[in-house]
Amino acid sequence: MTGRIERRFAALEKENRAALVTFTMAGDPDYATAVAILKALPKAGADIIELGMPFTDPMADGPAIQAAGLRALKAGQNMKKTLAAVREFRAGDEATPLVLMGYYNPIYVYGVDTFLADAKAAGVDGLIVVDLPPEEDAELCLPALATGVNFIRLATPTTDDKRLPTVLTNTSGFVYYVSITGITGAAAPNPDNVKSAVERIKRHTKLPVCVGFGVRTAEQARAIAQGADGVVVGSALVEAVRQSLSPDAKSTAATVPGVTELVHALAQGVRSARASCR
Amino acid sequence: MTVQPLNSFRIGPDEYGHFGIYGGRFVAETLMPLILELEQAYAKAKADPEFKKEMDGYLTHYVGRPSPLYFAERLTEHCGGAKIYLKREELNHTGAHKVNNVLGQILLARRMGKQRIIAETGAGMHGVATATLCARFGLECIVYMGAVDVERQKANVFRMHMLGAKVVPVESGAKTLKDAMNEALRDWVTNVGSTFYCIGTVAGPHPYPMMVRDFQSIIGRETREQMMEAEGRLPDSLIACIGGGSNAMGLFHPFLDDKDIEIYGVEAAGHGLDSGMHAASIEGGRPGVLHGNRTYLLMDDDGQITEAHSISAGLDYPGVGPEHAWLHDVGRVAFLSATDDEALRAFQLLSKLEGIIPALEPAHAIAKVLDLAPQKPKDHLMVVNLSGRGDKDLDTVARHLGSGAR
Repeated sequence: MTGRIERRFAALEKENRAALVTFTMAGDPDYATAVAILKALPKAGADIIELGMPFTDPMADGPAIQAAGLRALKAGQNMKKTLAAVREFRAGDEATPLVLMGYYNPIYVYGVDTFLADAKAAGVDGLIVVDLPPEEDAELCLPALATGVNFIRLATPTTDDKRLPTVLTNTSGFVYYVSITGITGAAAPNPDNVKSAVERIKRHTKLPVCVGFGVRTAEQARAIAQGADGVVVGSALVEAVRQSLSPDAKSTAATVPGVTELVHALAQGVRSARASCR
Repeated sequence: MTVQPLNSFRIGPDEYGHFGIYGGRFVAETLMPLILELEQAYAKAKADPEFKKEMDGYLTHYVGRPSPLYFAERLTEHCGGAKIYLKREELNHTGAHKVNNVLGQILLARRMGKQRIIAETGAGMHGVATATLCARFGLECIVYMGAVDVERQKANVFRMHMLGAKVVPVESGAKTLKDAMNEALRDWVTNVGSTFYCIGTVAGPHPYPMMVRDFQSIIGRETREQMMEAEGRLPDSLIACIGGGSNAMGLFHPFLDDKDIEIYGVEAAGHGLDSGMHAASIEGGRPGVLHGNRTYLLMDDDGQITEAHSISAGLDYPGVGPEHAWLHDVGRVAFLSATDDEALRAFQLLSKLEGIIPALEPAHAIAKVLDLAPQKPKDHLMVVNLSGRGDKDLDTVARHLGSGAR
């Protein structure tokens, strides 16, 4: 099958540039504003969209994404609404790949088969589920692949050459390289280490490798984009949402522009990466 | 000829860490290589007679084992039925069963060359036990504790400070045990190379539920021997409180295949199961995935974890160990629950009848003994795990009872 993710990376390869992958939280700060953000992302420069499925106990996330999830839940977000947001997005955009990212319990409780059918129908292209390592592939990864939904796996600095093949076996779409040992939004990655790590992963796979965790600025994005197929930015975007909110945590006229302006700047960084090193 | 029973309840988990559908390894990839390394290191230690010898030495001379199996004569008279024995885990060094497990994990951490130990704690007993063993072996110790628990278990926070541990109050979520565990996992993901995560109960990713069970099973093994010595036969029933369930699993596991023995686990019913404010994951929850394992959890229809409530900080957790979840489904262990008020009454009664002030956690088990024992004949032998002492809870109890308790 040729999916949106594959087509997008093929197109970017022709442009000789890396992808900007954005992460925002579904339902943050409320359903409608989050959908407005989602719809504005491609035009602002996002090449691939990761949409967070809020969860009460996100054990791999730092304070920014924890808070975004809790804002969304407080505003009444749930899995049905997250899938509805994807349908709204897909109605106006057939090309931009959209990946859902989160934790397994809300999917398990929704029911794996129902979830996959509904996600596929809504226009979801892939899944990143933080607490499902290859050892638990039978839970969701294999059913997802059978449904034609990509299962994007995280590789980390602790994933050594011996373990990489295990991690890559049922991975599809792209590989998400977690550039630090730590939680989202923590320390900034060192671009040199990232470059050699991406090269190491590429010795084991033909899939594109995107790099995330700790990337906040256009300058960092540019540095990472020189050695990777994509740069993922998440905590900085949900922080932009938070900073735009009114004192009672409601969205303001500044919320959507706050995110899109940052995405625009990050996109400039990513797009100038390879031109500058030539 | 001996025939191994085909349906042994003691053979789990399988090689993937599953007890039936429960257990497993639901963790971020960053932790996966470490968990596999831990599994190998534990398997090696378990097979090494030197490890056992080292454990036994410290259990005898540092922890003070075996803990007595004490015939509670006045409690028995009060109930007017079963003959009640207390397994006195509160007499261990540090005042609870927690030290049995911590000793095992710290000795394992030393073998693995880890110098930095992290732990989560609810009531603070696991934190105190971890801080104690870290002091004993000169290891750095960081304990994550919900900010609410820091407030209601001040004495234990002070004990941990005295022992040289750093206590980190966790402000996220409900600020109790679940959130402390999230924060400990976040620390572990960040400091993977240097750090050993000392989990305090029979939960978390494989191999923790199995490993903690193995270390705690000394409770049940001693009970078998002690009961044979006291009565010339095995007990008729076992009863223990269940938060994550390590004291209960430690008592139950060596008896699981003795099919005539009734086994009761007591969860915390808080303000009552119908109130929505309780911590009874098995009676009031359903299967889900959290903190590295599949088990019964308290959650809403969207799979969002809900807050547990119990007067006892040690039971205030929205999950339960995966082996308990399985033992519930296969019907080997009966799960009951006791409310805050029932636990408070049992707390006072045991103090006055036996001169033993129990922790609020085992007070939940005592509360159900008061229901069950009167229904049993006088030759029925009942063992209750007195998993911790009540010093840490005096402020909480005084607050609930008002000045009349002083």
